[in-house]
Amino acid sequence: MSAPNRIDAGAPHAATVVARTQESPTIFTLQLRLDDAAEQAAYRFAPGQFNMLYLVGVGEVPISIMSDPEERDVIGHTIRAQGRVTQGLAALQPGDRVGLRGPFGRGWPLQEMSGRDVVLVTGGLGCAPVVSVIHYVLRRRERYGKLVIIQGVKHAEDLIWREHYDRWAKLPNTQVLVAASQGAALWPWHVGRVTELFSLARFDPERAVAMMCGPEGMMRVAAENLLARGLPESHLHLSMERNMQCAVGRCGHCQFGGAFVCRDGPVFNWSEVKTLLAHRGF
Amino acid sequence: MLLRVLKGQGYRCLGPTLESGAIVMRELQSASALPRGLQAEQAPAHYRLIPDPQNRYFAWANGPQAIKPQVFAAEESLWRVGRDDQGKLQFEAVMADIPPVAIIGVRACDLAALSLQDAHFLREGRRDAQYASRREQLLLVAVQCAEPAATCFCASTGDGPTPLAGYDLSLAELAEGFVVVAGSEKGRGVLVALNLSPATLQQIDAARQQGEVAAAAQTRSLPARNLRDALMSRLEHPRWDEVAARCLACGNCTAVCPTCFCHAESDEPALDGQSSLHRRTWDSCFGESHGHLHGFNVRPDIRSRYRQWLTHKLAGWHDQFGRSGCVGCGRCIAWCPVGIDLTEEVAALTAGEQP
Repeated sequence: MSAPNRIDAGAPHAATVVARTQESPTIFTLQLRLDDAAEQAAYRFAPGQFNMLYLVGVGEVPISIMSDPEERDVIGHTIRAQGRVTQGLAALQPGDRVGLRGPFGRGWPLQEMSGRDVVLVTGGLGCAPVVSVIHYVLRRRERYGKLVIIQGVKHAEDLIWREHYDRWAKLPNTQVLVAASQGAALWPWHVGRVTELFSLARFDPERAVAMMCGPEGMMRVAAENLLARGLPESHLHLSMERNMQCAVGRCGHCQFGGAFVCRDGPVFNWSEVKTLLAHRGF
Repeated sequence: MLLRVLKGQGYRCLGPTLESGAIVMRELQSASALPRGLQAEQAPAHYRLIPDPQNRYFAWANGPQAIKPQVFAAEESLWRVGRDDQGKLQFEAVMADIPPVAIIGVRACDLAALSLQDAHFLREGRRDAQYASRREQLLLVAVQCAEPAATCFCASTGDGPTPLAGYDLSLAELAEGFVVVAGSEKGRGVLVALNLSPATLQQIDAARQQGEVAAAAQTRSLPARNLRDALMSRLEHPRWDEVAARCLACGNCTAVCPTCFCHAESDEPALDGQSSLHRRTWDSCFGESHGHLHGFNVRPDIRSRYRQWLTHKLAGWHDQFGRSGCVGCGRCIAWCPVGIDLTEEVAALTAGEQP
């Protein structure tokens, strides 16, 4: 068949696990490559978009893409073993086969980030969509102002890529603020809520752009803090999660008011979702 | 006569038949199978067939389903996966072979609902292949409603009771016979083959008047205006708790609703583990799994599920499709086992609001 650069319609496309990394007891990264070389060469995505990964005989699951968009050889996905499909994906080894559809949805506003301070806020384990932005910024460091990484986790041991945070914290013009609600021995960062760290963040609200991902309660508090510091609402973005089965705005599970999160999101501007986010159960 | 012509043109004919005390669309062998002389008495949680004193063919307002299952199948296969001899995965789309289908006796509300389903499943650039293959084969013979049920409110949503558009043929049943109108080239072809005598002006006028009388006879209504802002500004209204206490979250309303489109996808692996069939089935926002997310449920209680359904139908639909998702068929009222009435809930939720 021909090599469309959006392989999102109909059935998945065959892909092979190229590499697998265990990031934490329950989190792992799969590097995938499409079996059709022309499809792999034509595959393009934007950070913040996601793929549907298919495990034979079990089903599909939406996973955000964490590799760099200019990495053309493999497509990276960091996954937590949680449900039926992801627990099955966790058992895969290099050489194993999966199906892949994607990329789907709207990614982060990378154009808008250019020349600005970049503030990234993540909570819980929902950090993969934002980590792709960290890598993106670090590889193009000269295009951006200050980089502020604010990460909260429930337990200290939930923080994956701990050595990355250590390394990022030492980079010039980069600030790393990490908090765990429950600390552990040798935990070098804050113990408490991540939102307690906002006053320490150093950035120019007038020329910053902020991106958030994680539990909605955490994002609401983070948004209040950032907006109170003078960040314009139009420069505040977040990535949403909902049940997704078709990924093309058809199956109805991810409807959020008038939006289909899979198609109109998963990245939204704060102004688009703030009203509904204030209500539990949408 | 109509059946003979349609079958002669290669159509599989579905039409209203009596089954388990309700009017359902089934394969129609002859006109004698039509539910002649029956009206559908409907009320909240109530559906009974009663005699029609005028012994008409189409005096029943509607049944639990009409067009939706014929285009958006309750369950169907999407694709299949197997392995080649090197173990590589091979995916292939599964398409059912759909014959031309004529549905006789669809109502104005059903046609309005079909155009909404078309807007969803045949969206520009994202046509659903399965839906499209069924939709293309459809020929629709509509019937004007002369006996609306107490649950009907299509006049208030602007969708009936006289079929407005989207039909191939439309019938109006009068005492002396049918007034037939063609609405498409396909319909004109059938009409010519029927070789009928032209309707008189009096007959055409009688059909028009019959529609006006049926509209005026409807006892329920929804406000004609866009309800989006009224509902979205009342998301914490105590009425949501009140209706949640009555709602069983059974999903009957979503199953009979002609515009509800939610569906779940699942796999049916072969016993030898070498291949698997990927399928979709109707789903309901009232179900436990609809709001499932890794480790928790976005809509854990009935209050949030009823609110999701009603605000999507009457508010979100305006953003997505430019109009409300309700066509006034009243099925969700009649087939709700506890008789929750959408028009009553809307009235309670928006009480005191200045239109």
